[in-house]
Amino acid sequence: MTLRATLRLALAALVRNKARSLLTMLGIVIGVAAVIVTVAIGAGARISVQSSIDSLGSNLIVVQPGSVTTSGARSGFGGASTLTPADGMAIASLPGVASVSPVVTVRTQVVAGGNNWQTTVSGVAPTYTFVRLQSVASGRFFSQNEVASSAKVAVLGQTVVDQLFPNGGSPLGSTIIVKGAPFSVIGVMTPLGQSAMGQDQDDTVLIPYTSAMERLTGETTVNSLLVSAASSDDVDLAQQEITQLLEQRHRIVPPQGDDFQVRNLQSIAQAASQTSAVMEFLLAGVAAVSLLVGGIGIMNIMMVSVTERTREIGLRMAVGAPGRTILHQFLTESIVLATIGGFIGVAIGLAGTALVALLARWPTAVPFQWVVASVVFAALVGIFFGYAPARKAASLHPIEALRFE
Amino acid sequence: MHVLSVRDLRKRYVLGESAVQALDGIDLTLERGEFVAIMGPSGSGKSTFMQIAGMLDTPTSGEYLFEGADVSSLNADARAAIRSRRLGFVFQAYNLLPRTTALDNVELPMVYAGVPDAQRRQTALEKMTLVGVDRLADHHPNQMSGGQQQRVAIARALVNDPALILADEPTGALDTKTSADVMRILARLNEEQGSTIMLVTHEPDIAAYAGRIVTFRDGRIVADVRNDRRAA
Repeated sequence: MTLRATLRLALAALVRNKARSLLTMLGIVIGVAAVIVTVAIGAGARISVQSSIDSLGSNLIVVQPGSVTTSGARSGFGGASTLTPADGMAIASLPGVASVSPVVTVRTQVVAGGNNWQTTVSGVAPTYTFVRLQSVASGRFFSQNEVASSAKVAVLGQTVVDQLFPNGGSPLGSTIIVKGAPFSVIGVMTPLGQSAMGQDQDDTVLIPYTSAMERLTGETTVNSLLVSAASSDDVDLAQQEITQLLEQRHRIVPPQGDDFQVRNLQSIAQAASQTSAVMEFLLAGVAAVSLLVGGIGIMNIMMVSVTERTREIGLRMAVGAPGRTILHQFLTESIVLATIGGFIGVAIGLAGTALVALLARWPTAVPFQWVVASVVFAALVGIFFGYAPARKAASLHPIEALRFE
Repeated sequence: MHVLSVRDLRKRYVLGESAVQALDGIDLTLERGEFVAIMGPSGSGKSTFMQIAGMLDTPTSGEYLFEGADVSSLNADARAAIRSRRLGFVFQAYNLLPRTTALDNVELPMVYAGVPDAQRRQTALEKMTLVGVDRLADHHPNQMSGGQQQRVAIARALVNDPALILADEPTGALDTKTSADVMRILARLNEEQGSTIMLVTHEPDIAAYAGRIVTFRDGRIVADVRNDRRAA
């Protein structure tokens, strides 16, 4: 018998028992829908973690001073004052490094006209925009010359603009007072929104790091150095180079510990995306178990169906159906059931995913390979669990089957 | 050429400790165009003979020539192939597929014989017209009376132009009047179409429609008589 003829026989048998066919495929429908929704949510979570990490900067490496021990109390990393702009210059000339910006941060009150606002004032270099992948929305960023001359110029984050200039209008050309020193506003940064940790990344004022050191901190050291590796492949290499270079420059010899710390966000990103990948597989595993249960459901109903249709099988055999044709028919029935169930499951899964995205505002993504995989898996479940009932049907003896009451 | 010719046909069933000799040396020949009734009490072996003749079962020993070819030791698939092309079955319980139209039921043997769609439909309608159920083509079995169902089943037995039609107690579930209708159809098919029919029954009234009556007892043929006064 041809495949097409067998398929038609199976379809006719399934249509004859619509209600039972639908109930039989329910397990597969729910299983596949569960796989699609869980995978979509898992993949969405991973993508959003990745993109919030990407938003921190390109191939970012952070160099912070080490801890310092004062009267037995050890400060955390960044407590020591060991990093200088000169360290930053040296790092910038390393082959694996694209650019470097020193960061000097001071949390202080900023005043403009009648408004004031406490914010983080960061002294940085012009390379900061490149390292953080952030551009200027209006006006301009300060130049290398303005850094060299410790110019009193400032670029504001959007939150600061909103708080200090609540009446709207461009803040460009206005003057803000930081710790008694007037800075003229020359630019506004494009908003970044919240960081992965929930910090408002736009609540900031950027000034040349030289100005920050001279006028705000009065120190010759910086809080951190933001380094951008030449490429994402170079991050680990750059990290090693920086460590070696700073050990040399700071004259650190073992067993003395480093007085600085080099961290790269790539490892954080990897850990985060690995965590969500594990979650994704775990969820998919749970969903796959429900698919398996759906398969057992198919096997049960097909077994019952074979018993119930014993006389039909006997008749088909009597009028000339060989055993293997009966086997093929029942096997095809369960494959068709499972596959249709798989497609319905995908449709419901996609709808459910859209609903989750809409109602819970949860980021979702449906990886195409999972859609294909779950339909294929459903079909395999149909073959696997349909075989035993089909075998049973094919092994019936026509006379006994015809006599079956 | 004989449609069916058996020589010393034996069938032995072993049920646990005891064995039953269902057929104990049957010799029988059926000519083309014959209408034979097999009679006998239950346990006489007539049903067993019918099943072996219909190639639903195999004999323990003996020779079975169907249309001149030895079929006594064919495997299940080969027997299925002959059933689908050369044999027609009519059962006591009709055995129509439920929730399936009469037309689709009649087409069923042709599905397994590999007849193309269009020809299946045409042949099925022809045979349904022959037995007078063409207007029931779209009905499901549960919308038909017993007599109508049995006539649909007879149409189904005819679609492959079988060499032999085997009817196993075809009127067993029908009342007297409907039984007579069904038997008249079989008799007419035999006379007008030249169909070779072998009928199993234990009712003399029913056997009376056949042209030859063979009586079984204890697995043997005890009488084989010509019936010249056929019922009509």
